[in-house]
Amino acid sequence: MDGDHAIAEGALAAGCRFFAGYPITPSTETAERFAERAPEVGALFIQMEDELASIAALIGAAWGGKKAMTVTCGPGFSLMVENIGLAAMTETPLVIANVQRGGPSTGLPTLTAQQDMMQARYGSHGDYNIIALTPDSPQECFDLTVEAFNLSEFYRVPVIILTDETVGHMHEKVVIPPAEQIQVVPRNNYSGPKADFRPYQFDSQGGHPMTQAGDGYNFHITGLTHNERGYPVMTAEQSKIVITHLMEKINGNADQIIRLDEDQVDGADVVVVSYGITSRIAVKAIQDARKEGIKVGYLRLITIWPFCEKRIRELAPKIKAFVVPEINYGQMVHEVERGAGGQCATISVNHCGGAVHDPEVILDAIRKANQ
Amino acid sequence: MTTDIGKFKHDSPMSGVLRMDRMPHIWCPGCGIGSEVNAFAEAVKRSGIDPKKLVVVSGIGCTGRVAGYVDFDSIHTTHGRAIPVATGIKLANPELTVVVFSGEGDLTGIGGNHLIHAARRNMDIVVICNNNFTYGMTGGQVTPTTPTSAIASTTPYGNYEYPFSLPFLADAAGATYIARWTSMDVRNVTQSIEEALAHRGFSFIELISPCTTLYLRRNRLGDGVDMLQFYQENTVLKHGCDTRETAIDYQGKIVVGKFVDKAKPTYLEAVDKCAVKLVGDDYQLYGKTIPEREAEEKAEKARVAARRAAVLAAEQAASEKVVVKKVATKAPVKKAAAKKPAIGRAVPAAAAKKTPAKAVAKTVKKVATKAPVKKTAAKKPRK
Repeated sequence: MDGDHAIAEGALAAGCRFFAGYPITPSTETAERFAERAPEVGALFIQMEDELASIAALIGAAWGGKKAMTVTCGPGFSLMVENIGLAAMTETPLVIANVQRGGPSTGLPTLTAQQDMMQARYGSHGDYNIIALTPDSPQECFDLTVEAFNLSEFYRVPVIILTDETVGHMHEKVVIPPAEQIQVVPRNNYSGPKADFRPYQFDSQGGHPMTQAGDGYNFHITGLTHNERGYPVMTAEQSKIVITHLMEKINGNADQIIRLDEDQVDGADVVVVSYGITSRIAVKAIQDARKEGIKVGYLRLITIWPFCEKRIRELAPKIKAFVVPEINYGQMVHEVERGAGGQCATISVNHCGGAVHDPEVILDAIRKANQ
Repeated sequence: MTTDIGKFKHDSPMSGVLRMDRMPHIWCPGCGIGSEVNAFAEAVKRSGIDPKKLVVVSGIGCTGRVAGYVDFDSIHTTHGRAIPVATGIKLANPELTVVVFSGEGDLTGIGGNHLIHAARRNMDIVVICNNNFTYGMTGGQVTPTTPTSAIASTTPYGNYEYPFSLPFLADAAGATYIARWTSMDVRNVTQSIEEALAHRGFSFIELISPCTTLYLRRNRLGDGVDMLQFYQENTVLKHGCDTRETAIDYQGKIVVGKFVDKAKPTYLEAVDKCAVKLVGDDYQLYGKTIPEREAEEKAEKARVAARRAAVLAAEQAASEKVVVKKVATKAPVKKAAAKKPAIGRAVPAAAAKKTPAKAVAKTVKKVATKAPVKKTAAKKPRK
């Protein structure tokens, strides 16, 4: 099964029953798979008129009581960012997979890239927070899609699966465990008295219940700065309350959210920080470097946002350098550099997209880092 | 003027339909949105729909604020995206009645693509479009419906573009219920919304309304009352009118009426049909088979009908007390609306028969008080 199909299967396993999408290479296979599977499992697929509509429909579906997702890549993601802001502001759980291709603009429609890392985090205007995960294999596409839904439901936040064309189109064995072995966070709908109903709780650290249309709570949600009742309150004071909450429900729980994959990081002189398909190329470079006697650690970011700042800060004084290969002109390397805070070198191994790195190039960077 | 706001809110007949804790609203004096929302609230009450099962979605702008004032589940979305959000809600829970209430800039400018596609799919939602020919919230810019030659802040020398005719647009895109009224035609607006709420498929209601602060002032067309007077004199009632003939010229005649009311499978009915072919009769959507959903719908319909009958009976009882004396056959009683039988199947027979008599009575009364001092009539409802 390829990564795109695995995302669709992961969504179904996580309880997603609504999918709105618009065709775009290299992500379309996810939509196709969901469209094919939907009637069998009692789910609904709709191909919308554009990506603006797709994400808007997800917001509607989420408040209509369903777990919802869409899939896209760069150009479509650009169209979605406005309503990612609305979803973040209204604390709407939904999942977006971005199967990245080369940009900017139409760029490289059929070729791989990791150029949307910053857009995923900062694409919409204003201060808000999201969670993003970066699978490196079709199996992880399945597993992380389930996890994306779980995080999305618990923190009531849009979660983005930031994969890439290579992983999306890569065929590998994917094991789908029996349903009872898959941990799924169900939709948590409020059921208390109407007078106490609040669609938001600004000191919530996760787990604040949703509500669904038709339950009689007459919820109101708006993209305007609002109070816990959902009504507009447009003041500097309220903005402080809302934005602090949106930021801190993720930042404050970063330790619970972040997942990393590490190998021989402790005691290393050089640590290669990578994610997605690039981490699989990095493995080859790391193996070769170790054969040369260089002490190289492997640090793979499974959770890309929130960024694992704390771990980078811990490692920085103990090593000579971080090496950061990524299929972009250097995006996450800035986060690594910021985390390192000048306590060690940070070396970017950039790539302008269209292919994965040559492991030799990463190996060269490791050698240089070790000097 | 001093009003005991707390008492007013508590006693308001709209309590339970409008969020009285959100009053006063932001709309300007003379704006048509208030009477439209009133008509909407009235229509919801009369429709017999369970208010719990009603969702209102708005976009951005003056009309975009409607969602914030109605006491139902409501979503105030981003600019232009009310229709796809409504689509998502309807498809996530087909038992809900979903209404989009927004302005023409929102629905036909920035959101125009969603309008035509929802109509094309015959998505089972109601779209109420307040058309005041202007972007009010941002200060009176030209919109896709501003008549050619009208002044707007971004067409200070007169609009040189061609406007959309919205009934024609909706018709071409596939809407199965289309009506247009002015915000003055409160009774017809109410009845039309009631019909649309009961209609299966995509309903589009255009409500022409005065923007006193911007459009009227900038074009020196007087105030809200002058515009109501204008509507009174310049609307032409044409049920079933070919939508190609519904264009609005600057200060020209406004064709109003119910233009389209036809049956066509909705999006979800089409999905069901396709899925049954594929999966067989045990096909389920969200865990429910088609017969199960149909049975639920039938039961809900019966409850709606019972509630509606009760409302109408109460109305009937009240109207019998009104002595209908002055039913003169006077010209302005255009709202003998139903002298032509309303077209199509969706007109509930009871309503069609009852409303006109009352409408006539009320209109006549209104005209009587209105004649001597032009402005009292319009001020009256604001008491």
